[in-house]
Amino acid sequence: MTDASMSPDSAAPKSGLATIDARTRKRNAAEKRFRLYGMAAIGVGLLFLVFLFTSILRSGLPAFTQTVLNIEFVLTSEQFDTAESKMMKTGEYQNIFVAALQDQLEASGLEVAFDSKSIERIVGKPGGTIRRFFLENPDRIGTPVSFELAASSRVDGYFNGRVTRDTIVDSRFLMAADLDLVDALHDAGIIHGAFNWNFITGTDSGVDNPGGAGLGASVIGSFFMMLVVLFLSLPIGVAASIYLEEFAPKNRWTDLIEVNISNLAAVPSIVFGILGLAVFIQFAGMPQSAPLVGGLVLTLMTLPTIIISTRASLAAVPPSIRDAALGVGASKMQSVFHHVLPLAMPGILTGTIIGLAQALGETAPLLLIGMVGFVAREYPEGFVSGFTDANSAMPAQIYTWASRADPGFYEKAWGGIIILLLFLITMNAIAVVLRRRFERRW
Amino acid sequence: MNDMRIVERDVETKKVKIAAKNVQVYYGTTHAIKDVSVEIEDKTVTAFIGPSGCGKSTFLRCINRMNDTIDICRVTGDIRIDGYDIYDPKVDPVQLRAKVGMVFQKPNPFPKSIYDNVAYGPRIHGLAKNKADLDDIVEKSLRRGAIWDEVKDRLQSPGTGLSGGQQQRLCIARAVATEPEVLLMDEPCSALDPIATAQVEELIDELRTNYSVVIVTHSMQQAARVSQKTAFFHLGNLVEYGETGTIFTNPVDPRTESYITGRIG
Repeated sequence: MTDASMSPDSAAPKSGLATIDARTRKRNAAEKRFRLYGMAAIGVGLLFLVFLFTSILRSGLPAFTQTVLNIEFVLTSEQFDTAESKMMKTGEYQNIFVAALQDQLEASGLEVAFDSKSIERIVGKPGGTIRRFFLENPDRIGTPVSFELAASSRVDGYFNGRVTRDTIVDSRFLMAADLDLVDALHDAGIIHGAFNWNFITGTDSGVDNPGGAGLGASVIGSFFMMLVVLFLSLPIGVAASIYLEEFAPKNRWTDLIEVNISNLAAVPSIVFGILGLAVFIQFAGMPQSAPLVGGLVLTLMTLPTIIISTRASLAAVPPSIRDAALGVGASKMQSVFHHVLPLAMPGILTGTIIGLAQALGETAPLLLIGMVGFVAREYPEGFVSGFTDANSAMPAQIYTWASRADPGFYEKAWGGIIILLLFLITMNAIAVVLRRRFERRW
Repeated sequence: MNDMRIVERDVETKKVKIAAKNVQVYYGTTHAIKDVSVEIEDKTVTAFIGPSGCGKSTFLRCINRMNDTIDICRVTGDIRIDGYDIYDPKVDPVQLRAKVGMVFQKPNPFPKSIYDNVAYGPRIHGLAKNKADLDDIVEKSLRRGAIWDEVKDRLQSPGTGLSGGQQQRLCIARAVATEPEVLLMDEPCSALDPIATAQVEELIDELRTNYSVVIVTHSMQQAARVSQKTAFFHLGNLVEYGETGTIFTNPVDPRTESYITGRIG
């Protein structure tokens, strides 16, 4: 690195400005080297980022598409009556469905032999769905009705490249032979990929149905948690920082509090989870897996972040502004609320949003209050039950999916990560915009 | 404003506005002001001169209790304005500061509009009954601050967008808007160029008709130009206090003489 002191002997010979002496050359070389190190560091960082994003997108994007089987057929009233009179009603509907499928394939000139069982392996048992539709809409009997049925996760995987003829193990879930049928249906245009809205708006499914799994309910769970975090940690955090920074006497007690706030910011989040379990659920008797409890735990976790960033932005307001306000006879509180706080606002907002984003992605504390194990099959019914009813949250849902056996869920987990990242990036973008918008110069 | 000449002063005795007796100020263990007693007259410009760190700014900040905001600062002794002890526990420093305005070394307008800068004090003290009243106060203060003509067309533009000299005059306008009785100025011209300094000095001379002005300055020429009374501080002691003319032409203390002739400081 460069040396600040000049050795006396090097200054002795006077050279012209055009000739660069050895010392200067060394200094310039050091600077150039340092720049290269810096660029290399940034390059490595960017490389990791690109790698991360491509791997997330490659693994996660298939979760947003769903292979569907589209078929249109007419159910006559005789068929309806016959089916309803049978013992195995849904089985009869399935036979009607299979027959319709057969017709369509033949119409396309594709000859593939298949039976009802392989249809079951491809789209599950469609009879129930069909029967329910016609029972609910009896007026549609006798008119062409088009059904869109979600294909099983293995068929999905076949189109995503996750499942191939070589990797498939003949099982009761999918036979290699079934893939011929799938190919034929695909050529006939009966099976095709569609955007999987259910993944965004739907709720979690059981462990054996990755195709039907959606993130919607856990997005709502996260939303209610963030409401709790925002409305608790922002006022508490800002009030605490204003008091500590502007009003509190500087003594041993405030020093102790300061040190402990910094320590709290470094406490592993799972510790907050244990605390939440012990205090909110076991002691206070709050409901398990509820966004309210999750929000409270995350509030505890976010508070130090908000307090530290708020204090930093309060401290960054030049003291001359405080002097000016006090000088014209403003009280301490007036000087803080009229002058210091507005100037610190962009910093406070940024800190809060970053804190919220951190809380949004936190999984470990939710593990302990029971949000991870919970299968969020339903949306909360109303605003209040949104807080108190058991629900999952985005990161908890991703964790749950990632630990399920069916490889279809693996894809869903990556897809969930994409949605979570979208939320985080949006929040951080809002933080940047707010900062730009409210930043005032003095 | 043209020279170093010390003008003839009217030397009639005036009412004492601020009376300080045996004031001691400590910053932690440092004894910053040592036993200062001084009587500052009404409708007079009093200059505090002295080398850096001699305590003149500290003493100035005692007069409106701005030192209260510094945790480690401790003030003892007795400072009276119009006979009332300002360090009496019953005295609210906020009320005191409305009576004793202050202008700081660095121009520090609020990052708000020019209008709001001046209107802030009257607003929080409830000096204006309505908007028209407030407009009047703002205009009057800006005129007293000798900046009205320059800003009257852009009252809503930010005060921080003005030049340094304009900002300082805006700060003076802000300080006089609350109708103080005493105006403290802590090196008000140190950040200004000679032209802006001349404007501010002229302004100080005008303010003398209404206020008791106390000004801390590093420039002895400035002290000689604007003040009627001068106090020389050295190492926390008030060395000499008297008519500006006497201090500059015939100082009693050898330290004062060395300072004004440029041998120390």
